[in-house]
Amino acid sequence: MAHAAHPAGGKPGTPGDSVTVPGQAGGAPAPGPQAHPKTVLEAAEINRALTRIAHEIIERTHGAEHVVLLGIPTRGVPLAERMAARITGVEGRQVPHGSLDITMYRDDLRLRPARRLGPTEVPAEGIDGKTVVLVDDVLYSGRTVRAALDALNDLGRPLAVQLAVLVDRGHRELPIRADYVGKNLPTSQAEVVRVLLTETDGEDAVLLEPVGTEPRPRRGGVTGRRR
Amino acid sequence: MNRHLISAADLSKQDALLILDTAEELAQVADRPIKKLPTLRGRTVVNLFFEDSTRTRISFEAAAKRLSADVINFAVKGSSVAKGESLKDTALTLEAMGADAVVVRHSASGAPLRLSNWLRGSVINAGDGSHEHPTQALLDAFTIRRRFGRGDGEALDGLRVTIVGDVLHSRVARSNVWLLHLLGAEVALVAPPTLLPVAIDDWPCSVSYDLDAALPKSDVVMMLRIQQERMNAAYFPSVREYSRRYGLDTARVGQLPEDAIVMHPGPMNRGVEIAAEVADSPRSTIVEQVANGVSVRMAVLYLLLGGREVAQ
Repeated sequence: MAHAAHPAGGKPGTPGDSVTVPGQAGGAPAPGPQAHPKTVLEAAEINRALTRIAHEIIERTHGAEHVVLLGIPTRGVPLAERMAARITGVEGRQVPHGSLDITMYRDDLRLRPARRLGPTEVPAEGIDGKTVVLVDDVLYSGRTVRAALDALNDLGRPLAVQLAVLVDRGHRELPIRADYVGKNLPTSQAEVVRVLLTETDGEDAVLLEPVGTEPRPRRGGVTGRRR
Repeated sequence: MNRHLISAADLSKQDALLILDTAEELAQVADRPIKKLPTLRGRTVVNLFFEDSTRTRISFEAAAKRLSADVINFAVKGSSVAKGESLKDTALTLEAMGADAVVVRHSASGAPLRLSNWLRGSVINAGDGSHEHPTQALLDAFTIRRRFGRGDGEALDGLRVTIVGDVLHSRVARSNVWLLHLLGAEVALVAPPTLLPVAIDDWPCSVSYDLDAALPKSDVVMMLRIQQERMNAAYFPSVREYSRRYGLDTARVGQLPEDAIVMHPGPMNRGVEIAAEVADSPRSTIVEQVANGVSVRMAVLYLLLGGREVAQ
């Protein structure tokens, strides 16, 4: 996902600004479930979640010997880097990590103007015969992960592909699940999960806020406008 | 970005950098086992070439195919154009066939602009007369940026580019002057007075007639082809004299700063504007320019066609 905010994370046909909040349809005067951004994960909790995921990866892959961590830009990339550092800390061996941009594989390209591409950096050893762990910040519709699987297919033939996410917020639209989850966060589709990371945003936090309050995404959004 | 790419002068600095940055990412596709992206699946790109071309047409074709677009090569010879069909009727035929983009080369300056008024799809200028060749300028800028080790988002500020030769007939020169100036480079033209266009004073560049004086102050030398096919008068006394005064030979290359590069948009007249040893030297980027052309044209096609469909 190229955005911090996930109002309609790669979901075509869900205009972000005209969502009816479930349970509120009767014109109830009460504000939405969260009128203000609510912090659902603080820096220390993000830290612990990543450490736990790193240990789970080591356990599930028997020492993470043939593992390659590929983060999905923007925020999956620093997450993959942090997980790799933690695995190195435990196992004492370098874990190859990189980034995998999925823009060219999205299923909603024709719904918006052309987007700026993110970086794709695959470690020199490649992905053939490796266990690739895809890393993203939020798992929502599953469409980003589907695109990532297509992108991987063009890069080589991994032994296995696994998925690690910091937040799983539900509302899947495809048969996709995560192997490693930092936090399962029940959300309504009228909410936005915003992940902030020190590398990209200056601080670590996961926020939950109602749709429509998010500032414009910093990048990845509006490029290639047509006159 | 605009829906069409007709002129380098239409681009904003932001657009130009977006194209170069996108090309930088797309260049990686060439190193992959599967050199293909699914992005333009189901889109049709028509190559409409009224003039001869090797590298530009093949380059656009390769770029469109790497993005999974369907490519129709429209060869004017053997088509109804040979029977006298007008540009407009050809355009309407392409429109009816559902072309999403038309890549056009024409001997008349302004033909792509006219075409863009008749078509709903995007029009990409692949060279019109002696007017413009914007994708060539973009790939030259891309090549310069790479050679001087500048990365994403960086422009060409402070680099001195000298363009030498037949500026009068060169669409490459005009596009390059505008684009390189936009990106912050200092552009100088060196040519015999007979091979400079009339309104040269309005171009954002300096002009001189002395190549030897310009070389020590050049980070990039771009040699232009002598376009014999467009020359209907004597622009210089003899090819030999032109070559003596404006040809780039080994001795002249010696006057260049140490890390300077030599460019040529091709096709070259070896021994006229550029000596064979110079064209094949490590300073020469001529082969790189061809490879970079595919990446830059992929970026242009993606940015024009990859997003939301053109409003009907």
